[in-house]
Amino acid sequence: MSVENEGYLTIEELKAAGQYPSGARFQEGPVAVIECVQEIPCNPCETACRFGAIRVGEPITNLPKADEGKCTGCGLCVARCPGLAIFIVDKTYGEGLGAVSFPYEYFPLPSEGDEVTAVDRAGRGVCAGTVVKILAPESFDRTPVVTVAVPVGKAEDVRGIERAGQAGGQS
Amino acid sequence: MAQNKWEVVVVGGGPAGLSAAIEAAKSGCRTLVVDANETAGGQLFKQIHKFFGSSAHRAGVRGIDIGGELLAECEKQGVEVWLNSVAIGLFKEKTVAVERGFDNGAKSVVVLEADRIVLASGASENAVRFRGWTLPGVMGAGAAQTMINVNRVLPGKNVLMIGSGNVGLIVSYQLMQAGADVKALVEAAPKIGGYAVHASKIARAGVPIHTGHTVLEARGDRRVEEADICAVDEKWQPLLETKKTLAVDTVTIAAGLKPLVELAMMHDCQMMFHPVLGGWAPLHDAKMETTSPGIYVAGDISGVEEANTALEEGKLAGISAAESLGKIGEADADRIRSEIWGRLDGLRLGPHGVMRMQAKSEQIDHYKSAQSA
Ligand SMILES: Cc1cc2nc3c(=O)[nH]c(=O)nc-3n(C[C@H](O)[C@H](O)[C@H](O)COP(=O)(O)OP(=O)(O)OC[C@H]3O[C@@H](n4cnc5c(N)ncnc54)[C@H](O)[C@@H]3O)c2cc1C
Ligand code: SF4
Ligand code: SF4
Repeated sequence: MSVENEGYLTIEELKAAGQYPSGARFQEGPVAVIECVQEIPCNPCETACRFGAIRVGEPITNLPKADEGKCTGCGLCVARCPGLAIFIVDKTYGEGLGAVSFPYEYFPLPSEGDEVTAVDRAGRGVCAGTVVKILAPESFDRTPVVTVAVPVGKAEDVRGIERAGQAGGQS
Repeated sequence: MAQNKWEVVVVGGGPAGLSAAIEAAKSGCRTLVVDANETAGGQLFKQIHKFFGSSAHRAGVRGIDIGGELLAECEKQGVEVWLNSVAIGLFKEKTVAVERGFDNGAKSVVVLEADRIVLASGASENAVRFRGWTLPGVMGAGAAQTMINVNRVLPGKNVLMIGSGNVGLIVSYQLMQAGADVKALVEAAPKIGGYAVHASKIARAGVPIHTGHTVLEARGDRRVEEADICAVDEKWQPLLETKKTLAVDTVTIAAGLKPLVELAMMHDCQMMFHPVLGGWAPLHDAKMETTSPGIYVAGDISGVEEANTALEEGKLAGISAAESLGKIGEADADRIRSEIWGRLDGLRLGPHGVMRMQAKSEQIDHYKSAQSA
Protein backbone atom coordinates (compact mmCIF):
# COMPACT_ATOMS: atom_id res chain seq x y z
CA MET A 1 0.00 0.00 0.00
CA SER A 2 1.17 3.49 -0.83
CA VAL A 3 0.25 4.61 2.67
CA GLU A 4 2.70 2.11 4.18
CA ASN A 5 5.59 3.07 1.92
CA GLU A 6 5.11 6.69 0.92
CA GLY A 7 2.91 7.76 3.80
CA TYR A 8 -0.13 8.93 1.86
CA LEU A 9 -3.34 7.21 0.85
CA THR A 10 -4.49 6.96 -2.72
CA ILE A 11 -8.16 7.31 -3.57
CA GLU A 12 -8.12 3.66 -4.57
CA GLU A 13 -6.84 2.64 -1.12
CA LEU A 14 -9.48 4.79 0.53
CA LYS A 15 -12.27 3.32 -1.55
CA ALA A 16 -10.98 -0.17 -0.90
CA ALA A 17 -11.22 0.56 2.85
CA GLY A 18 -14.94 1.03 2.33
CA GLN A 19 -15.17 4.45 3.96
CA TYR A 20 -15.44 6.69 0.96
CA PRO A 21 -18.68 8.65 0.43
CA SER A 22 -20.78 7.63 -2.56
CA GLY A 23 -21.05 9.77 -5.68
CA ALA A 24 -24.70 10.40 -4.87
CA ARG A 25 -23.85 11.67 -1.39
CA PHE A 26 -21.25 14.06 -2.80
CA GLN A 27 -23.99 15.55 -5.02
CA GLU A 28 -26.11 16.35 -1.95
CA GLY A 29 -23.58 18.72 -0.40
CA PRO A 30 -20.74 18.80 2.11
CA VAL A 31 -19.75 15.49 3.66
CA ALA A 32 -16.98 14.23 5.94
CA VAL A 33 -14.29 12.06 4.34
CA ILE A 34 -12.53 10.05 7.05
CA GLU A 35 -9.07 9.03 5.91
CA CYS A 36 -8.19 6.74 8.81
CA VAL A 37 -7.66 3.17 7.63
CA GLN A 38 -5.37 1.67 10.26
CA GLU A 39 -6.55 0.09 13.50
CA ILE A 40 -5.16 2.45 16.14
CA PRO A 41 -6.44 2.99 19.68
CA CYS A 42 -8.39 6.17 19.04
CA ASN A 43 -12.01 7.39 19.10
CA PRO A 44 -12.50 11.14 19.65
CA CYS A 45 -14.20 11.43 16.24
CA GLU A 46 -17.03 9.32 17.61
CA THR A 47 -17.83 11.68 20.47
CA ALA A 48 -17.17 14.77 18.34
CA CYS A 49 -20.11 14.05 16.04
CA ARG A 50 -23.41 15.03 17.61
CA PHE A 51 -25.35 13.47 14.75
CA GLY A 52 -24.04 9.99 15.49
CA ALA A 53 -22.55 9.76 12.02
CA ILE A 54 -19.26 8.23 13.21
CA ARG A 55 -19.04 4.98 15.09
CA VAL A 56 -15.91 3.37 16.55
CA GLY A 57 -17.34 1.28 19.39
CA GLU A 58 -15.40 -1.36 21.32
CA PRO A 59 -12.55 -2.12 21.14
CA ILE A 60 -11.35 1.37 20.33
CA THR A 61 -8.96 0.02 17.75
CA ASN A 62 -11.96 -0.47 15.45
CA LEU A 63 -11.84 1.69 12.34
CA PRO A 64 -14.20 4.66 12.43
CA LYS A 65 -17.32 3.89 10.41
CA ALA A 66 -19.04 6.84 8.81
CA ASP A 67 -22.74 6.97 8.07
CA GLU A 68 -22.97 9.28 5.06
CA GLY A 69 -26.74 9.53 5.47
CA LYS A 70 -26.42 10.99 8.96
CA CYS A 71 -23.48 13.27 8.19
CA THR A 72 -24.47 16.90 7.69
CA GLY A 73 -20.98 18.03 6.75
CA CYS A 74 -20.98 20.37 9.76
CA GLY A 75 -17.22 19.92 10.21
CA LEU A 76 -17.17 19.59 14.01
CA CYS A 77 -15.15 16.39 13.83
CA VAL A 78 -12.30 17.89 11.78
CA ALA A 79 -10.45 19.72 14.55
CA ARG A 80 -11.16 16.98 17.08
CA CYS A 81 -9.34 14.23 15.20
CA PRO A 82 -5.78 13.98 16.59
CA GLY A 83 -4.73 12.25 13.37
CA LEU A 84 -5.84 15.29 11.35
CA ALA A 85 -7.42 12.68 9.11
CA ILE A 86 -10.94 14.08 8.54
CA PHE A 87 -11.79 16.42 5.68
CA ILE A 88 -15.04 18.03 4.57
CA VAL A 89 -15.56 17.90 0.84
CA ASP A 90 -18.32 19.97 -0.77
CA LYS A 91 -18.75 19.31 -4.45
CA THR A 92 -21.76 21.65 -4.62
CA TYR A 93 -19.95 24.77 -3.42
CA GLY A 94 -20.57 26.88 -6.52
CA GLU A 95 -20.67 26.95 -10.29
CA GLY A 96 -17.82 24.60 -11.25
CA LEU A 97 -16.38 24.96 -7.75
CA GLY A 98 -15.84 22.59 -4.91
CA ALA A 99 -14.66 23.36 -1.38
CA VAL A 100 -12.35 21.35 0.85
CA SER A 101 -11.94 21.95 4.58
CA PHE A 102 -8.90 20.64 6.40
CA PRO A 103 -7.07 21.17 9.71
CA TYR A 104 -4.13 23.55 9.39
CA GLU A 105 -1.71 23.93 12.32
CA TYR A 106 1.12 25.91 10.67
CA PHE A 107 2.23 29.50 10.98
CA PRO A 108 1.39 31.89 9.49
CA LEU A 109 -2.27 31.15 9.08
CA PRO A 110 -3.55 32.27 5.66
CA SER A 111 -6.29 34.89 5.45
CA GLU A 112 -9.70 34.64 3.84
CA GLY A 113 -9.42 35.68 0.22
CA ASP A 114 -5.80 34.52 -0.18
CA GLU A 115 -4.90 32.87 -3.46
CA VAL A 116 -3.00 29.68 -2.60
CA THR A 117 -1.58 26.56 -4.19
CA ALA A 118 -3.75 23.63 -3.22
CA VAL A 119 -1.89 20.35 -2.64
CA ASP A 120 -2.95 16.72 -2.75
CA ARG A 121 -2.36 13.93 -0.22
CA ALA A 122 1.27 13.68 -1.35
CA GLY A 123 1.87 17.41 -0.94
CA ARG A 124 2.00 17.97 -4.72
CA GLY A 125 0.55 21.23 -5.97
CA VAL A 126 -2.53 20.37 -8.05
CA CYS A 127 -4.29 23.67 -8.70
CA ALA A 128 -4.83 27.22 -7.55
CA GLY A 129 -7.38 27.77 -4.82
CA THR A 130 -8.93 30.56 -2.81
CA VAL A 131 -9.15 30.52 0.96
CA VAL A 132 -12.84 31.10 1.66
CA LYS A 133 -13.14 30.36 5.36
CA ILE A 134 -10.97 29.98 8.46
CA LEU A 135 -12.53 28.72 11.66
CA ALA A 136 -10.61 28.67 14.91
CA PRO A 137 -13.00 28.92 17.86
CA GLU A 138 -11.72 28.03 21.30
CA SER A 139 -13.44 24.64 21.12
CA PHE A 140 -11.11 23.67 18.25
CA ASP A 141 -8.25 23.90 20.77
CA ARG A 142 -5.71 25.60 18.51
CA THR A 143 -6.44 23.55 15.42
CA PRO A 144 -7.74 26.02 12.83
CA VAL A 145 -9.87 24.58 10.03
CA VAL A 146 -9.25 26.18 6.64
CA THR A 147 -11.60 25.91 3.66
CA VAL A 148 -10.35 26.42 0.11
CA ALA A 149 -12.44 26.70 -3.00
CA VAL A 150 -10.98 24.77 -5.93
CA PRO A 151 -12.23 23.56 -9.31
CA VAL A 152 -14.86 20.95 -8.50
CA GLY A 153 -12.91 18.27 -10.40
CA LYS A 154 -10.04 18.65 -7.92
CA ALA A 155 -12.10 18.54 -4.73
CA GLU A 156 -11.48 14.83 -4.16
CA ASP A 157 -7.70 15.31 -4.52
CA VAL A 158 -7.03 18.52 -2.65
CA ARG A 159 -6.17 17.93 1.02
CA GLY A 160 -4.24 21.03 2.01
CA ILE A 161 -2.33 24.06 0.83
CA GLU A 162 1.32 24.80 0.39
CA ARG A 163 2.75 26.19 3.59
CA ALA A 164 3.90 29.79 3.39
CA GLY A 165 7.65 29.72 2.97
CA GLN A 166 7.65 26.14 1.72
CA ALA A 167 10.10 26.06 -1.16
CA GLY A 168 7.81 25.65 -4.15
CA GLY A 169 6.34 22.32 -3.11
CA GLN A 170 8.05 18.98 -3.66
CA SER A 171 8.04 16.52 -6.47
CA MET B 1 23.35 14.72 54.37
CA ALA B 2 19.76 15.01 55.40
CA GLN B 3 17.71 11.92 56.15
CA ASN B 4 14.18 11.63 54.94
CA LYS B 5 11.51 8.99 55.37
CA TRP B 6 8.57 8.53 53.02
CA GLU B 7 5.87 5.95 52.54
CA VAL B 8 6.09 6.11 48.77
CA VAL B 9 8.91 7.60 46.70
CA VAL B 10 8.31 7.90 42.97
CA VAL B 11 11.34 8.37 40.71
CA GLY B 12 10.33 10.28 37.58
CA GLY B 13 7.48 12.74 37.16
CA GLY B 14 6.19 11.75 33.72
CA PRO B 15 2.65 10.48 33.18
CA ALA B 16 3.48 7.14 34.83
CA GLY B 17 5.11 8.63 37.91
CA LEU B 18 2.52 11.34 38.44
CA SER B 19 -0.43 8.98 38.11
CA ALA B 20 1.24 6.52 40.51
CA ALA B 21 1.78 9.33 43.00
CA ILE B 22 -1.81 10.57 42.68
CA GLU B 23 -3.23 7.12 43.40
CA ALA B 24 -0.87 6.49 46.31
CA ALA B 25 -1.59 9.89 47.87
CA LYS B 26 -5.35 9.51 47.34
CA SER B 27 -5.19 6.33 49.41
CA GLY B 28 -3.41 8.22 52.16
CA CYS B 29 0.28 7.47 51.56
CA ARG B 30 2.83 10.17 52.28
CA THR B 31 4.19 10.45 48.76
CA LEU B 32 7.18 12.17 47.14
CA VAL B 33 7.99 12.49 43.45
CA VAL B 34 11.56 13.33 42.42
CA ASP B 35 12.19 14.50 38.87
CA ALA B 36 15.38 15.51 37.15
CA ASN B 37 13.76 18.31 35.15
CA GLU B 38 12.75 21.85 35.92
CA THR B 39 9.08 21.01 35.43
CA ALA B 40 7.35 17.71 36.03
CA GLY B 41 5.37 16.02 33.27
CA GLY B 42 8.15 14.08 31.55
CA GLN B 43 7.64 13.66 27.82
CA LEU B 44 4.20 15.26 28.04
CA PHE B 45 5.58 18.79 28.14
CA LYS B 46 7.14 18.32 24.71
CA GLN B 47 4.00 16.87 23.17
CA ILE B 48 2.15 19.82 21.70
CA HIS B 49 0.02 17.57 19.49
CA LYS B 50 -3.38 16.14 20.29
CA PHE B 51 -3.13 12.63 21.69
CA PHE B 52 -4.77 9.48 20.49
CA GLY B 53 -6.66 7.25 22.80
CA SER B 54 -10.20 6.85 24.00
CA SER B 55 -12.19 9.75 25.33
CA ALA B 56 -11.67 8.05 28.73
CA HIS B 57 -7.95 8.81 28.30
CA ARG B 58 -8.34 12.48 27.46
CA ALA B 59 -7.94 11.65 23.78
CA GLY B 60 -7.81 14.64 21.50
CA VAL B 61 -6.21 16.66 24.30
CA ARG B 62 -2.67 17.87 23.76
CA GLY B 63 0.03 16.09 25.78
CA ILE B 64 1.16 19.34 27.36
CA ASP B 65 -2.34 19.98 28.69
CA ILE B 66 -2.58 16.44 30.11
CA GLY B 67 0.66 17.18 31.97
CA GLY B 68 -0.85 20.34 33.45
CA GLU B 69 -3.93 18.45 34.63
CA LEU B 70 -1.81 15.77 36.31
CA LEU B 71 0.29 18.34 38.14
CA ALA B 72 -2.83 20.10 39.43
CA GLU B 73 -4.20 16.78 40.66
CA CYS B 74 -0.89 15.99 42.42
CA GLU B 75 -1.12 19.26 44.24
CA LYS B 76 -4.72 18.60 45.22
CA GLN B 77 -3.83 15.18 46.62
CA GLY B 78 -0.91 16.57 48.61
CA VAL B 79 1.87 14.89 46.65
CA GLU B 80 5.24 16.51 47.28
CA VAL B 81 7.21 17.10 44.10
CA TRP B 82 10.93 17.82 44.07
CA LEU B 83 12.18 19.22 40.79
CA ASN B 84 15.79 19.46 39.61
CA SER B 85 16.29 16.33 41.68
CA VAL B 86 18.04 13.34 40.17
CA ALA B 87 17.89 9.92 41.76
CA ILE B 88 21.53 8.90 41.47
CA GLY B 89 21.44 5.68 43.43
CA LEU B 90 19.09 3.01 44.71
CA PHE B 91 20.48 0.92 47.54
CA LYS B 92 19.16 -1.95 49.56
CA GLU B 93 16.81 -1.79 51.29
CA LYS B 94 14.83 0.78 49.35
CA THR B 95 17.13 3.72 49.96
CA VAL B 96 17.29 6.42 47.31
CA ALA B 97 20.12 8.92 46.92
CA VAL B 98 18.87 12.14 45.33
CA GLU B 99 21.04 14.95 44.06
CA ARG B 100 19.22 18.28 44.28
CA GLY B 101 20.12 21.58 42.66
CA PHE B 102 21.74 22.92 39.50
CA ASP B 103 25.09 22.28 37.88
CA ASN B 104 25.96 25.97 38.15
CA GLY B 105 24.80 26.38 41.75
CA ALA B 106 24.69 24.66 45.06
CA LYS B 107 24.04 20.95 44.95
CA SER B 108 23.30 18.60 47.77
CA VAL B 109 22.67 14.91 48.11
CA VAL B 110 19.70 13.77 50.14
CA VAL B 111 19.24 10.15 51.19
CA LEU B 112 15.66 8.98 51.32
CA GLU B 113 14.25 5.91 52.97
CA ALA B 114 11.09 4.66 51.38
CA ASP B 115 8.61 1.99 52.37
CA ARG B 116 7.67 1.59 48.71
CA ILE B 117 9.39 2.83 45.56
CA VAL B 118 7.90 3.36 42.12
CA LEU B 119 10.46 3.63 39.34
CA ALA B 120 9.01 5.66 36.47
CA SER B 121 12.13 7.02 34.83
CA GLY B 122 10.92 6.62 31.25
CA ALA B 123 13.23 5.84 28.37
CA SER B 124 16.25 7.23 26.52
CA GLU B 125 16.86 7.66 22.80
CA ASN B 126 18.87 5.17 20.76
CA ALA B 127 21.71 6.49 18.64
CA VAL B 128 22.55 5.58 15.04
CA ARG B 129 26.20 5.67 14.06
CA PHE B 130 27.28 6.82 10.62
CA ARG B 131 30.21 8.81 9.27
CA GLY B 132 29.90 12.34 10.62
CA TRP B 133 27.45 11.46 13.38
CA THR B 134 29.41 13.49 15.93
CA LEU B 135 29.12 16.73 13.94
CA PRO B 136 27.10 19.51 15.56
CA GLY B 137 23.68 19.41 13.94
CA VAL B 138 23.25 15.66 14.38
CA MET B 139 20.93 15.03 17.31
CA GLY B 140 18.21 12.84 18.71
CA ALA B 141 14.70 13.65 17.51
CA GLY B 142 13.64 13.96 21.14
CA ALA B 143 16.38 16.51 21.71
CA ALA B 144 15.21 18.50 18.69
CA GLN B 145 11.68 18.32 20.07
CA THR B 146 12.84 19.67 23.44
CA MET B 147 14.64 22.50 21.65
CA ILE B 148 11.60 23.61 19.65
CA ASN B 149 8.79 22.97 22.10
CA VAL B 150 10.39 23.63 25.47
CA ASN B 151 13.29 25.99 24.75
CA ARG B 152 11.78 27.50 21.58
CA VAL B 153 15.01 27.32 19.61
CA LEU B 154 15.06 26.00 16.04
CA PRO B 155 17.93 23.49 15.72
CA GLY B 156 18.26 24.19 12.00
CA LYS B 157 16.39 25.23 8.89
CA ASN B 158 16.66 22.14 6.70
CA VAL B 159 16.29 18.78 8.37
CA LEU B 160 16.87 15.16 7.44
CA MET B 161 14.90 12.83 9.73
CA ILE B 162 16.06 9.26 10.31
CA GLY B 163 13.35 6.82 11.36
CA SER B 164 9.63 6.55 10.62
CA GLY B 165 8.24 5.51 13.99
CA ASN B 166 5.74 7.84 15.62
CA VAL B 167 8.53 9.89 17.16
CA GLY B 168 10.15 10.51 13.75
CA LEU B 169 6.81 11.35 12.16
CA ILE B 170 5.55 13.61 14.94
CA VAL B 171 8.82 15.47 15.43
CA SER B 172 9.02 16.04 11.65
CA TYR B 173 5.58 17.62 11.80
CA GLN B 174 6.48 19.76 14.79
CA LEU B 175 9.75 20.91 13.20
CA MET B 176 7.68 22.25 10.30
CA GLN B 177 5.27 23.88 12.72
CA ALA B 178 8.29 25.57 14.29
CA GLY B 179 9.35 26.89 10.89
CA ALA B 180 11.92 24.38 9.64
CA ASP B 181 11.72 22.42 6.39
CA VAL B 182 12.03 18.65 6.54
CA LYS B 183 13.82 17.74 3.32
CA ALA B 184 13.32 14.00 3.65
CA LEU B 185 12.60 11.21 6.07
CA VAL B 186 14.49 7.94 5.59
CA GLU B 187 13.52 4.57 7.03
CA ALA B 188 15.62 1.45 6.51
CA ALA B 189 12.67 -0.92 6.89
CA PRO B 190 10.45 -1.51 3.87
CA LYS B 191 7.41 -0.02 5.62
CA ILE B 192 6.66 3.06 7.69
CA GLY B 193 6.82 2.18 11.39
CA GLY B 194 4.45 4.71 12.93
CA TYR B 195 0.78 5.46 12.46
CA ALA B 196 -0.41 6.10 8.91
CA VAL B 197 -2.28 9.25 9.94
CA HIS B 198 0.95 10.80 11.28
CA ALA B 199 2.78 9.85 8.08
CA SER B 200 -0.03 11.31 5.95
CA LYS B 201 0.22 14.61 7.81
CA ILE B 202 3.84 15.12 6.80
CA ALA B 203 3.41 13.63 3.31
CA ARG B 204 0.67 16.21 2.74
CA ALA B 205 3.10 18.91 3.85
CA GLY B 206 5.46 17.79 1.11
CA VAL B 207 7.97 15.66 3.05
CA PRO B 208 9.22 12.79 0.88
CA ILE B 209 9.28 9.57 2.92
CA HIS B 210 11.88 7.11 1.63
CA THR B 211 11.37 3.63 3.01
CA GLY B 212 14.19 1.14 2.36
CA HIS B 213 16.70 3.98 2.70
CA THR B 214 19.38 4.96 5.19
CA VAL B 215 21.79 7.77 5.96
CA LEU B 216 25.38 7.20 4.86
CA GLU B 217 27.27 10.25 5.95
CA ALA B 218 26.89 13.80 7.25
CA ARG B 219 29.50 16.36 6.18
CA GLY B 220 30.30 19.94 6.94
CA ASP B 221 32.82 22.41 8.24
CA ARG B 222 32.12 22.69 11.98
CA ARG B 223 28.49 21.65 11.55
CA VAL B 224 26.31 19.63 9.21
CA GLU B 225 26.04 21.18 5.75
CA GLU B 226 24.95 18.16 3.74
CA ALA B 227 24.12 14.50 4.13
CA ASP B 228 24.12 11.45 1.86
CA ILE B 229 21.27 8.98 1.81
CA CYS B 230 20.92 5.80 -0.21
CA ALA B 231 18.68 2.77 -0.66
CA VAL B 232 19.41 -0.47 1.22
CA ASP B 233 18.99 -4.07 0.12
CA GLU B 234 16.88 -6.57 2.02
CA LYS B 235 19.79 -7.18 4.43
CA TRP B 236 19.88 -3.44 5.13
CA GLN B 237 23.22 -3.11 3.31
CA PRO B 238 23.65 0.24 1.51
CA LEU B 239 23.34 0.26 -2.29
CA LEU B 240 25.97 2.90 -2.95
CA GLU B 241 24.97 3.44 -6.56
CA THR B 242 21.69 4.95 -5.32
CA LYS B 243 23.47 7.63 -3.26
CA LYS B 244 21.88 11.08 -3.17
CA THR B 245 23.16 14.21 -1.43
CA LEU B 246 20.76 16.50 0.44
CA ALA B 247 21.54 20.07 1.50
CA VAL B 248 20.58 19.92 5.17
CA ASP B 249 21.95 21.56 8.29
CA THR B 250 20.37 19.17 10.78
CA VAL B 251 20.08 15.40 10.99
CA THR B 252 17.65 14.13 13.61
CA ILE B 253 17.64 10.52 14.71
CA ALA B 254 14.45 8.76 15.75
CA ALA B 255 15.71 5.19 16.05
CA GLY B 256 13.64 4.12 18.98
CA LEU B 257 13.83 4.39 22.73
CA LYS B 258 15.11 2.05 25.39
CA PRO B 259 13.90 1.81 28.98
CA LEU B 260 16.02 3.73 31.52
CA VAL B 261 16.63 0.80 33.85
CA GLU B 262 19.88 1.60 35.68
CA LEU B 263 18.22 2.18 39.06
CA ALA B 264 16.26 -1.07 38.80
CA MET B 265 19.50 -2.91 38.03
CA MET B 266 21.19 -1.34 41.07
CA HIS B 267 18.52 -2.94 43.22
CA ASP B 268 18.96 -6.32 41.48
CA CYS B 269 15.53 -6.33 39.87
CA GLN B 270 15.53 -9.20 37.38
CA MET B 271 15.36 -8.13 33.77
CA MET B 272 14.11 -9.48 30.48
CA PHE B 273 15.16 -8.48 26.97
CA HIS B 274 12.34 -7.90 24.52
CA PRO B 275 12.86 -6.04 21.22
CA VAL B 276 9.20 -4.95 21.09
CA LEU B 277 9.58 -3.22 24.48
CA GLY B 278 12.81 -1.44 23.55
CA GLY B 279 15.31 -3.88 25.07
CA TRP B 280 16.00 -4.74 28.72
CA ALA B 281 13.18 -4.02 31.11
CA PRO B 282 12.45 -5.18 34.67
CA LEU B 283 10.19 -8.19 35.14
CA HIS B 284 7.00 -7.32 36.97
CA ASP B 285 3.68 -8.86 37.95
CA ALA B 286 0.15 -7.65 37.23
CA LYS B 287 0.55 -5.21 40.15
CA MET B 288 3.68 -3.74 38.52
CA GLU B 289 5.87 -5.03 41.39
CA THR B 290 9.37 -6.12 40.38
CA THR B 291 11.29 -9.13 41.67
CA SER B 292 12.55 -6.81 44.46
CA PRO B 293 9.59 -6.69 46.87
CA GLY B 294 8.30 -3.16 47.42
CA ILE B 295 9.84 -1.80 44.21
CA TYR B 296 7.36 -1.11 41.44
CA VAL B 297 7.80 0.05 37.85
CA ALA B 298 5.43 1.90 35.52
CA GLY B 299 5.52 3.52 32.10
CA ASP B 300 8.31 3.38 29.55
CA ILE B 301 10.83 1.90 32.03
CA SER B 302 8.78 -1.29 32.04
CA GLY B 303 8.74 -1.38 28.23
CA VAL B 304 8.46 1.54 25.82
CA GLU B 305 4.82 2.21 24.98
CA GLU B 306 2.66 5.32 25.14
CA ALA B 307 1.48 7.97 27.54
CA ASN B 308 -1.92 6.30 27.83
CA THR B 309 -0.46 2.99 28.89
CA ALA B 310 2.01 4.82 31.15
CA LEU B 311 -0.89 6.54 32.94
CA GLU B 312 -2.68 3.25 33.50
CA GLU B 313 0.45 1.40 34.63
CA GLY B 314 1.17 4.26 37.02
CA LYS B 315 -2.28 3.81 38.57
CA LEU B 316 -1.66 0.07 38.93
CA ALA B 317 1.64 0.71 40.71
CA GLY B 318 0.23 3.46 42.95
CA ILE B 319 -2.78 1.43 44.04
CA SER B 320 -0.74 -1.72 44.60
CA ALA B 321 1.86 0.14 46.67
CA ALA B 322 -0.93 1.65 48.79
CA GLU B 323 -2.56 -1.77 49.18
CA SER B 324 0.68 -3.37 50.37
CA LEU B 325 0.98 -0.61 53.00
CA GLY B 326 -2.50 -1.47 54.23
CA LYS B 327 -4.03 1.80 53.00
CA ILE B 328 -6.60 0.16 50.79
CA GLY B 329 -8.29 -3.22 51.07
CA GLU B 330 -7.51 -6.11 48.79
CA ALA B 331 -11.03 -6.34 47.37
CA ASP B 332 -11.07 -2.66 46.40
CA ALA B 333 -7.58 -2.85 44.97
CA ASP B 334 -8.48 -5.93 42.94
CA ARG B 335 -11.60 -4.29 41.55
CA ILE B 336 -9.72 -1.14 40.48
CA ARG B 337 -6.89 -3.19 39.02
CA SER B 338 -9.21 -5.27 36.92
CA GLU B 339 -10.83 -2.11 35.50
CA ILE B 340 -7.38 -0.77 34.65
CA TRP B 341 -6.35 -4.02 33.00
CA GLY B 342 -9.50 -3.89 30.92
CA ARG B 343 -8.52 -0.48 29.61
CA LEU B 344 -4.89 -1.54 29.09
CA ASP B 345 -6.01 -4.53 27.05
CA GLY B 346 -8.13 -2.21 24.93
CA LEU B 347 -5.14 0.04 24.29
CA ARG B 348 -2.97 -2.91 23.27
CA LEU B 349 -5.04 -3.97 20.30
CA GLY B 350 -4.69 -3.30 16.58
CA PRO B 351 -1.62 -4.12 14.51
CA HIS B 352 0.54 -1.71 16.57
CA GLY B 353 -0.75 -2.90 19.91
CA VAL B 354 -1.02 -6.69 19.83
CA MET B 355 2.75 -7.14 19.70
CA ARG B 356 3.04 -5.07 22.87
CA MET B 357 0.21 -6.99 24.53
CA GLN B 358 2.07 -10.22 23.75
CA ALA B 359 5.39 -8.85 25.01
CA LYS B 360 3.85 -7.54 28.23
CA SER B 361 2.26 -10.89 28.99
CA GLU B 362 5.61 -12.61 28.39
CA GLN B 363 7.10 -10.21 30.95
CA ILE B 364 4.51 -11.24 33.52
CA ASP B 365 4.97 -14.96 32.69
CA HIS B 366 8.74 -14.60 33.16
CA TYR B 367 8.13 -12.87 36.46
CA LYS B 368 6.07 -15.87 37.59
CA SER B 369 8.73 -18.37 36.61
CA ALA B 370 11.45 -16.21 38.21
CA GLN B 371 9.44 -16.18 41.45
CA SER B 372 8.82 -19.92 41.50
CA ALA B 373 12.45 -20.78 40.61
C1 LIG C 1 7.83 12.55 19.91
C2 LIG C 1 6.97 11.73 20.82
C3 LIG C 1 5.58 11.70 20.58
C4 LIG C 1 4.73 10.96 21.40
N1 LIG C 1 3.39 10.98 21.14
C5 LIG C 1 2.53 10.26 21.91
C6 LIG C 1 1.10 10.25 21.67
O1 LIG C 1 0.60 10.89 20.73
N2 LIG C 1 0.32 9.51 22.48
C7 LIG C 1 0.85 8.80 23.52
O2 LIG C 1 0.08 8.17 24.23
N3 LIG C 1 2.16 8.79 23.76
C8 LIG C 1 3.04 9.50 22.98
N4 LIG C 1 4.40 9.48 23.24
C9 LIG C 1 4.93 8.58 24.27
C10 LIG C 1 4.84 9.13 25.66
O3 LIG C 1 5.30 10.46 25.70
C11 LIG C 1 5.68 8.24 26.59
O4 LIG C 1 5.36 6.90 26.38
C12 LIG C 1 5.36 8.59 28.03
O5 LIG C 1 5.71 9.92 28.29
C13 LIG C 1 6.08 7.67 28.99
O6 LIG C 1 5.80 8.08 30.29
P1 LIG C 1 6.78 7.81 31.49
O7 LIG C 1 6.16 8.48 32.65
O8 LIG C 1 7.08 6.38 31.55
O9 LIG C 1 8.17 8.50 31.09
P2 LIG C 1 8.60 10.03 30.76
O10 LIG C 1 7.44 10.82 30.25
O11 LIG C 1 9.77 9.90 29.91
O12 LIG C 1 9.00 10.60 32.16
C14 LIG C 1 10.12 10.15 32.87
C15 LIG C 1 10.57 11.24 33.80
O13 LIG C 1 11.53 10.70 34.67
C16 LIG C 1 12.57 11.60 34.89
N5 LIG C 1 13.75 10.84 35.30
C17 LIG C 1 14.39 9.86 34.63
N6 LIG C 1 15.41 9.38 35.35
C18 LIG C 1 15.39 10.05 36.52
C19 LIG C 1 16.20 10.01 37.68
N7 LIG C 1 17.22 9.16 37.79
N8 LIG C 1 15.91 10.86 38.67
C20 LIG C 1 14.89 11.73 38.58
N9 LIG C 1 14.09 11.81 37.51
C21 LIG C 1 14.35 10.98 36.48
C22 LIG C 1 12.71 12.30 33.56
O14 LIG C 1 13.31 13.56 33.71
C23 LIG C 1 11.25 12.41 33.12
O15 LIG C 1 10.67 13.61 33.55
C24 LIG C 1 5.28 10.22 22.46
C25 LIG C 1 6.66 10.24 22.70
C26 LIG C 1 7.51 10.99 21.92
C27 LIG C 1 8.99 11.02 22.21
S1 SF4 D 1 -19.08 16.58 9.52
FE1 SF4 D 1 -20.45 16.87 11.29
S2 SF4 D 1 -22.09 15.41 10.91
FE2 SF4 D 1 -20.43 14.81 9.56
S3 SF4 D 1 -19.29 13.28 10.69
FE3 SF4 D 1 -18.31 15.24 11.14
S4 SF4 D 1 -19.29 15.98 13.00
FE4 SF4 D 1 -20.59 14.35 12.17
S1 SF4 E 1 -10.26 10.59 15.72
FE1 SF4 E 1 -9.23 10.63 13.73
S2 SF4 E 1 -7.40 9.33 13.99
FE2 SF4 E 1 -8.80 8.89 15.70
S3 SF4 E 1 -10.01 7.12 15.00
FE3 SF4 E 1 -11.18 8.98 14.50
S4 SF4 E 1 -10.55 9.46 12.40
FE4 SF4 E 1 -9.03 8.02 13.20
